[in-house]
Amino acid sequence: MSAADRIARALFGFYMAAFFVYLFAPLAIMGIATFNTSRFPTVTPWQGTTLKWFQELSTDTGMWQSLWTSVVVAFCVVVVALPIGTAAALVLTSLHSRARSFLYAVMVSPLLTPGVVIGIATLVLWRQLGIGGGVMLIVIAQASFIICYVMLMVTARLQRFDPTQEEAALGLGASKFMVFRRVLLPFLKPALIAAGFLAVLQSIENYNTTLFVRGFDTPLTVYIATKVRTGLTPAVNALALIMIVITIAGAVAYEFARRRQAARLGAG
Amino acid sequence: MSHSVELHQVGVTFGATRAVDDVSFNVEGGEFFSILGPSGCGKTTLLRVIAGFLHPTEGRILIGGKDMAALGPNQRPTAMIFQSLALFPLMPVWENIAFGLEARGVAKAERRRKADELLRLIALEGFGDRMPGELSGGQRQRVAIARALAVEPQVLLLDEPLSALDLKLRQHMRAELRSLQKRTGVTFIYITHDQSEALAMSDRVAVMSAGVVQQVGAPRELYDNPATPFVAGFVGETNAIPCTVKRIEAGIATVDSPHGTLTARAGSALAAGKAKLYVRPEALKPGNAAENALSATIERIDFEGAFALAHGATDDGKRLIASIASTDLAAAPAIGARARFGFDRANAVVLPDG
Amino acid sequence: MAELYRRFGGGLGTLFLALVGAWLAGMVLAPNVMMIDYALRPNLPPSQIGGPSDVYSLDNILYLANEGVHRAIFFKTVWASALVALVTFLVCYPLAFWLAQHATPNQAAVVLLGLTIPFWINEVLRTLAWYILLAFRGPLNAFLLSLGIIDEPVRWYGDGGVLAGMAYAYILFMLFPIYNSIESLDKSQIEAARDLGASTWRIHWRVVIPHAKAGIATGCVFTFMLAAGSYVAPALLGAPGSRWFTEIIYNWFFEGGDWNRGAAYALVLLVLCLAVVLVTLRLARVSLTEVAK
Repeated sequence: MSAADRIARALFGFYMAAFFVYLFAPLAIMGIATFNTSRFPTVTPWQGTTLKWFQELSTDTGMWQSLWTSVVVAFCVVVVALPIGTAAALVLTSLHSRARSFLYAVMVSPLLTPGVVIGIATLVLWRQLGIGGGVMLIVIAQASFIICYVMLMVTARLQRFDPTQEEAALGLGASKFMVFRRVLLPFLKPALIAAGFLAVLQSIENYNTTLFVRGFDTPLTVYIATKVRTGLTPAVNALALIMIVITIAGAVAYEFARRRQAARLGAG
Repeated sequence: MSHSVELHQVGVTFGATRAVDDVSFNVEGGEFFSILGPSGCGKTTLLRVIAGFLHPTEGRILIGGKDMAALGPNQRPTAMIFQSLALFPLMPVWENIAFGLEARGVAKAERRRKADELLRLIALEGFGDRMPGELSGGQRQRVAIARALAVEPQVLLLDEPLSALDLKLRQHMRAELRSLQKRTGVTFIYITHDQSEALAMSDRVAVMSAGVVQQVGAPRELYDNPATPFVAGFVGETNAIPCTVKRIEAGIATVDSPHGTLTARAGSALAAGKAKLYVRPEALKPGNAAENALSATIERIDFEGAFALAHGATDDGKRLIASIASTDLAAAPAIGARARFGFDRANAVVLPDG
Repeated sequence: MAELYRRFGGGLGTLFLALVGAWLAGMVLAPNVMMIDYALRPNLPPSQIGGPSDVYSLDNILYLANEGVHRAIFFKTVWASALVALVTFLVCYPLAFWLAQHATPNQAAVVLLGLTIPFWINEVLRTLAWYILLAFRGPLNAFLLSLGIIDEPVRWYGDGGVLAGMAYAYILFMLFPIYNSIESLDKSQIEAARDLGASTWRIHWRVVIPHAKAGIATGCVFTFMLAAGSYVAPALLGAPGSRWFTEIIYNWFFEGGDWNRGAAYALVLLVLCLAVVLVTLRLARVSLTEVAK
């Protein structure tokens, strides 16, 4: 190995280390700060170890209320986005060349629109119709772009669908509705589950769009952002820590499941 | 007796392409009918028209005497077995088989009973709860057949269903399909590009080329009496000898050829002029005896088991193939030697060029 | 359409079309048309709406052009967003290359999973993490002071803080498109280039980057758009001197009470983002259909 190679390797190793420090250090510090007695969440100086912020979190009714709002919104977004996204994918794949490219461009345009613009546009339209901000507008505004993700995921799955299965079912006397329900939908199920999962995450994490259409309702992200400005305490860190732990547990479980499946497929 | 299928001047055009052109034939009820042709000849298009997946550009299709024009694929008394089989991968085997019954609103317990019955018929008893992905190729094949038979169709349409199987299994499945057809009495319309498959299984065969039906007939008839040069060349091996027709008398044509004057049966629509004489390899006998004889220089002899194929070149540079029974190999001409092969005029036919 | 009805029949086909129509017309097109309508009308008290002074004009947009502070903030948002895209690209490219070309399948799976962890918790909490890290008396200053790199605490909140927080927030949007496009590059191409004596730098410049062009363009476009349209990072990590264009828009809506002017500003932001998207994709010769993960 030449000296230049060794230097390149060392540089790359340093880069990798720096990258992961960059990635995880902020989260680690945020998590650790939960256990510091300091009123402002920090790790420097360490004023003493405590669990009191978890207790404060558990009694923070505003936080629980906002979490509930977010859950309701996410549920409604899934209910709206899954059928529309699926319908969009089916309409798209039944078109050909030019019309298809055009419709595709229209359908992905919300992804290329800044979140604040989506929120503002939704807000002004519905004010004109006499409806102000609130859970309903949050759902509509979020769904308008989350549908794109559903559409993309369902389209990707549809590309692997063997259309002779539909013909086979029709040839056996099935109605078109039965073909859809018994053949196509079961095939799309994995993509729909994944899309539903993504829709929930996107909905709960959204801030930029939600901010403009929330009216007097306060979803979790808005609540946290408000707390940061008006009296941040490590109770918010406790919440973040819980979410991080759940995420890591989920990620580890997913990776184990993936490896087990890979091993099974490899053996079989 | 199952339904007959009648095609009246059926044509299919895709944009500028004429996929099926003026096709008419009748399939008798209970018949095993094959449509034979090279890939791209329009045979799959024709089958899809009969199944109702495609609307013909013109023409009529009658099944059991009833016009099918207004009926979708799910309303016709047909069932189709696809080349890819198209089993539903996410349903267990028994649900696959009972799918058509589910579509007809049959209760679950009854569906299960019927599926088990069909599983016995295809010798896959106890496989009902497996998934299609867990079966072997031959087993999946049989499930596809059972699934189609479950709806008790009048006409079963098969789109090269054996093409994905290996040779041994294919031969086994041929026999199985044939006996299944005899037992059930269902009309089979079978698509294939494999002429030995068509000849071995069918009551009658339609030979298709470039969207046109060239000839419809029993396997023997196609083989012995090809109506067109395409059929002569596509069904079985043959030698084509360029010639000029001198005269036709009582169904026998006398022609001039590089091998001298030859006589053979005259094909329909044959007139004086350029033509080709077709003679099968097995009709050629080494020796000089007969009035008809072809000469060639032997290049090689391929031993095939029951017989051997002698490959030669004629003086005008054409290939010549003669089949020699293994028991006669001792008397076969030597490689490199000039040999003469005689044939009986009844075993050769002259068809016009074109 | 005929194909749709042929496959699904009248009932389902009509239902699908109705759903898609409700989405595209009701949730995408109509709101944007209404926003444009707002942007082109003056802000009037309710009694004058529909009256003689309620006419279309470009006044709201011209206001932005003539108001020096807002104009400066707009241009700063543009170039700062471009800078965010560039920094994110530089941070992500080596890792994407390693993942796509050198990592074993298990390594790649673990790293990709690790990368997604910060993105499963929400953008506000990600930004909060940086808010804590960068605080004046926070861990970063304490760490640097203890190493003696700085002599007194640095005020990180402001442009630097916003840049760091945004680059962090959008890593995934940059990394995945680049990773996907480099992954399709045949390893033997790199080996061939190396065999022909090309330096590492030249291999990347002449072989890898041209191949990954579509992914890089996609990543940059998304990052730019997200940065320009972000509200939370500048709101938390910014300083009074580092205002972001979205904050001005927010103020027109919820503090200035002039929705028309706010809509006009939002329209300018939308046009800017679409222009950047289309021009970048055109320059990189990437079609819009490739911009999807």
